[in-house]
Amino acid sequence: MRELTFAEAINEAIREEMERDPSVFVQGEDVGRYGGGYYPALRGLYDQFGSERVRDFPISETAIVGTALGAAITGLRPVVDLMFADFAFVCFDQIVNQISKIRYMSGGLAAAPLVLRGVMGAYSHLAAQHSNSIEALFCQFPGLVVTIPSDCRSAKGLLKSAIRSNDPVIFLEHKMLYLTSGDVPSDREFLLPLGRSNIAREGRDVTLVAHGYMTQLALRAAEQLQANNISAEVVDLWTLAPLDKRTILDSVRKTGRLVAVQESSVLCGIAGEIVATVCESGVALKSAPRRVTGKSAPIPFSPPLEDHVLPHPEDIIQAARTVMQ
Amino acid sequence: MSRPLITENQVREALARGETAIHVQGDPIITPLAATALTDNGIYIVKTGDHGGFAGASEGRGELSPVSVKGYDTKFLLELYATMQRIRGFETAVGLLFKQQRIIGFAHLSIGQEAVPTGVCAALGPEDYLTLTHRGHGQMVARGARLDQMMAELYGKVTGNCKGKGGSVHLHDFQLGILGANGIIGANLVITSGAAMSAKMRGTKQVAVAFFGDGVVNQGAFHEALNIASVMKLPILFVCENNQYAVSMSERDATAAESIAARGRAYLMPGVTVDGQNALAVYETTKTAVERARRGEGPFLIECMTYRSRGHWEGETTELRPESERKQWQERDPIQRLARALIAANPATEDQLRRISDSVRDEVVEAVRFAEESAYPPLAEALRDVWSGEIAITQ
Ligand SMILES: Cc1ncc(C[n+]2csc(CCOP(=O)(O)OP(=O)(O)O)c2C)c(N)n1
Ligand SMILES: [Mg+2]
Repeated sequence: MRELTFAEAINEAIREEMERDPSVFVQGEDVGRYGGGYYPALRGLYDQFGSERVRDFPISETAIVGTALGAAITGLRPVVDLMFADFAFVCFDQIVNQISKIRYMSGGLAAAPLVLRGVMGAYSHLAAQHSNSIEALFCQFPGLVVTIPSDCRSAKGLLKSAIRSNDPVIFLEHKMLYLTSGDVPSDREFLLPLGRSNIAREGRDVTLVAHGYMTQLALRAAEQLQANNISAEVVDLWTLAPLDKRTILDSVRKTGRLVAVQESSVLCGIAGEIVATVCESGVALKSAPRRVTGKSAPIPFSPPLEDHVLPHPEDIIQAARTVMQ
Repeated sequence: MSRPLITENQVREALARGETAIHVQGDPIITPLAATALTDNGIYIVKTGDHGGFAGASEGRGELSPVSVKGYDTKFLLELYATMQRIRGFETAVGLLFKQQRIIGFAHLSIGQEAVPTGVCAALGPEDYLTLTHRGHGQMVARGARLDQMMAELYGKVTGNCKGKGGSVHLHDFQLGILGANGIIGANLVITSGAAMSAKMRGTKQVAVAFFGDGVVNQGAFHEALNIASVMKLPILFVCENNQYAVSMSERDATAAESIAARGRAYLMPGVTVDGQNALAVYETTKTAVERARRGEGPFLIECMTYRSRGHWEGETTELRPESERKQWQERDPIQRLARALIAANPATEDQLRRISDSVRDEVVEAVRFAEESAYPPLAEALRDVWSGEIAITQ
């Protein structure tokens, strides 16, 4: 295996799928010669595939996503670069009222095999409108697949599966992961399954459920808990919708304790969904479950304030200690 | 059916009053005579047929107007000069501080574009409203915002305009009528139409100005904002800072229009293209548009041709704009052009101009000191201002 940066892993996944399948193409703002907006994951694709398959768009999110849908229902496989996932709000109708429902409303006759990539999350001092974590929102709309890689390896494996999927996939890339690199298989058939969660670390005493960058925080927390003789298992939710309940329940059945982590504010989030799923299942818990979430505020610019509203490994450690008592 | 947006008589009267009149893009009612007169008065006119199909800056619209300081009060001219210097000084410091990582996050600089907000804001009244772009430092400064407060905001300090919670792309100053910069391309246009609608409903004589970039005109919100402004005859100016690129996308590749000003015609509002490197040309055009709006004659679209001398954002590593183009526009520096005109026509000496830059430097140094020495907000501030506080939240 070799080390790739997160951007290189994304790039490789798209490049391989474009080489494999001529119906796959990329579109969005600054995707061409520029190689992708503020988090350039598309370098070199324009030179290799040309302007027909790496399509630069004006700032017109509704057109970018809407034309992708039009192309998808007529036989192509668009991979859309939304730049910041926050811009999904500008074209939310296309995503939630058109893309998510078209298969269903057509009685199963239409398929929308497209991928919407967006850079999500905070910790980067980009202030309120460029730091949203909006994954839970998409999960409210059956028909969408919501996938979030947690490292370079899962970025490649999940994105390749997303591009091959016949469902529309929301693929969210955390800004902080763009600062990382890691082992990534060079295998062109390296695919990670959609709709599955991953045991990122095995443990006995407590289950930490997380996704995306939060998985990295949970792993850091687990490391430190180990030093205090607490063995934490980390469940990484590769796909949020549809949710792989079995992996979560199997883990909690083993540990009997649950901490669920999310970056966004608490109300109606993924962590609440995990806690509800476990409670409803009847799996016997040894203590009340805990959520670790962002605080209820837009993401402030000021670095100390931003730090204050976001979850950190220490918060996860503290929650794990609480459920251990 | 098209109706005349401005009559020839209006043009003549305006000229007689010593004002600079308006050329409505492609509108046949302007005579060549009027057009010539207008050019002399300092506005570059786009004549019908100047360019077919896509018009890039190298064609027609990028031409320069003479910077003619004749007939202006010296104090006014020096204020324009000082404002541009304040913008340049502030942003030069921001660029350096960003490199040193004293400032982090977003910093989109408008160095090279100073004449646009400077000319626009000089023509506004104290009660008027503005909304700003993500590249809004210059617009803030031109409206009279304090450098120290702005610098503190960029540092995330409690003494900043937004108590440190907004940062560069969310600057505002409600006391100055600045309803906010925006991180979402196109969002401010509809908000500004709303402010203009409100002014009209409340029966004030306020005018609202929406700054926006060339990248905005293909966003749905642009269409909605201009149409509603025209249908409701709102007192609003849409001011495009056309620096010819949206990140890497050139206007030529992005926009199917003769010019951005030409889009105005579709909404039955005047659209003019102005030499955006000439603060006086921008000022004159804005003044005319503001007066028209105050008279209740509706919206106006102003396209200012300009160029950013820096990357799209500080920290950008990819520069795709041709070297020759960047050089060409460097020579059109708006500050240098006004300085040359001031010295040539004698209302100011080099000494006077130097004194202005010296005092701007002091002000910027003081702003940085203020920001450095200010405190970060107390952590409790992170959870304040989310809701009004009227509703008791039970735990
Ligand atoms: C809805 C939306 N889409 C994309 C972006 C990302 N973005 C920020 S600035 C920018 C370019 C804007 O270009 P322009 O309007 O010409 O202004 P300039 O940066 O040239 O001043 C883009 C694409 C955004 N902020 N909002
Ligand atoms: Mg631009």
